[in-house]
Amino acid sequence: MKFSGLKMSMVGLILAGALAGCGNAKDSDSTTSGSDDSKKTEASTELTGTVTAAGSTALQPLAEEAANEIQSSNPELTVTVQGGGSGTGVNQVASGAVDIGNSDVPSADKLEDKTKADKLVDTKVAGIAFAMVVNKDVKVESLTEKQIQDIFSGKVKNWKDVGGNDEKINVINRPASSGTRATFESILMKDAKIDDSLGTAQDSNGAVEQSVNSTPGSISYLAMSYLVGDKKDALKVLKINDVEPTTENVAANKYPFWAYEYMITDGEPKDAVKGFIDFVSGEDFADTVEKMGYIPMSELK
Amino acid sequence: MKGQKKSINYFVNEYIGKTIVTICGLLIVVATISIIAFICGKGLQSFLHGNISPWEMLTSTDWSPNDPKDKSYGALIFIVGSTLVSIGATLISTPIALGIAIFNNYISPKFGSTFVKPVLELFLGIPSVVYGFLGVTILVPFLRNQLGGVGFSLLAGIIVLSVMILPTIASISDDAVKGVPFEFLEGSYGLGSTRWQAIHRIIIPAAKNGILTAIVLGLARAFGEALAVQMVIGNTVKLPDSLYSPTSTLTGILTMDMSNTLNGTAWNDALWSLAMILLIISFLFILIIRMIGKRGMQNEQ
Repeated sequence: MKFSGLKMSMVGLILAGALAGCGNAKDSDSTTSGSDDSKKTEASTELTGTVTAAGSTALQPLAEEAANEIQSSNPELTVTVQGGGSGTGVNQVASGAVDIGNSDVPSADKLEDKTKADKLVDTKVAGIAFAMVVNKDVKVESLTEKQIQDIFSGKVKNWKDVGGNDEKINVINRPASSGTRATFESILMKDAKIDDSLGTAQDSNGAVEQSVNSTPGSISYLAMSYLVGDKKDALKVLKINDVEPTTENVAANKYPFWAYEYMITDGEPKDAVKGFIDFVSGEDFADTVEKMGYIPMSELK
Repeated sequence: MKGQKKSINYFVNEYIGKTIVTICGLLIVVATISIIAFICGKGLQSFLHGNISPWEMLTSTDWSPNDPKDKSYGALIFIVGSTLVSIGATLISTPIALGIAIFNNYISPKFGSTFVKPVLELFLGIPSVVYGFLGVTILVPFLRNQLGGVGFSLLAGIIVLSVMILPTIASISDDAVKGVPFEFLEGSYGLGSTRWQAIHRIIIPAAKNGILTAIVLGLARAFGEALAVQMVIGNTVKLPDSLYSPTSTLTGILTMDMSNTLNGTAWNDALWSLAMILLIISFLFILIIRMIGKRGMQNEQ
């Protein structure tokens, strides 16, 4: 046992040396102290084994795409990604059922038992911007935070009061436990409270998209990853305080409505799990991250 | 030797089979009891350890488990929503189902058994998500065009559910009507009644217990149905003020929030309590069916 451990670390050192010779910009960027040795080893060795991830449906498409890519360059690695919701993600990783719990919010926000939260390590893997979306018949281009608060708390009930046409506002919410809604509440609603007796609630991003598209005068909030490609034309995306939801505006701190996506592990991630998390948040995958409507970590520094 | 072999065979045939079927029988008992014990164990948490009173949960309409300051767990809205949508659906489908049963047995038995009955069975096999999709893409826009508003409503839920439970009620009523002795019909013809008089004065009253069982089973199915209703009812946390206003059901709030809340939190415990309420209500339905069955046997004696 001891011998094989020694052998492995030697292989690791040799590989680390070889990699340093290549002058990989990303790795030398992040190299600061001793713990990075293992990271270099991971980046260059073939990853093997299985990684299971479950949780957030907002992060799921990105994690699935990352799984596809990393598996094609590491044939010995199997990555399984499931949905289930952020709560499921934290639950499953806390109970040891999966290696990675995907979540829209930090694990401490979900757990009431703080002793459990100490064990869990949250790694930010990407940013995600959200947009206020309305049905195409709404003649408003931008809303201020105050106007959004008034609409969702029920103070304003007609589009003409916020500069639009004379039409009833149909509010569409996500259920109270949704991660997207939690982000919406903390960033835009602040102290104002969503009036749940207004309008309707839809279970998923997809269902919100469909009902905003088909309901006249409707307004809701949606992750930008659901607004790429031809889906963008199905709804109208609003500006907030006249700022458009783009990666540049989020990076420049102009657009407020965004959040980190987390991959949560029980203890510090290691081996294949670390390899996968590093890949998702890494430079090589950044283009795909942006193409899929998320914000790469490199933009958020 | 021969005799010994025979007795081994006898032993094998007699006891292995007996053991297997006994295990099967016990399995269902154990499974049912453990599910009930699990749900009650989880569901009672919020009353025993949390500070929610069962009375408050059953009678309050204030459901705000995510409010940081003032959390409350009143489930009356969901209980009323589930009850209204199930009773509404049963009121629509029972007369139609009864019509189908009479048509199949007395008006056109041949067409009924070769065509209507198989179609009914086919109908029974359609998955609930299909009804939900049809509801969202056809029924909700139709209601919106006819009646205005958003379309997601109690009414949409009732219509979708009534279609779903129709085959259940129809096929059980069909069996009940079929079970009425032929002499009853002959007797009433003998007294000079028309076919219609025989059906509504003799056949239906004679099949009353079976038909009641069908109705309660339909009601139970409607009460437990989650997905299709959740897709069209709007999920607004509000008591419906008319047939055309959106509301929520017990099953709807469970499917939406269960995966996003964490085990052990007060919110999650409250959802388990809702599941327990759902279970108790289903037991009440089963009790009613048994009582109807018992009354039927007494009548025959």
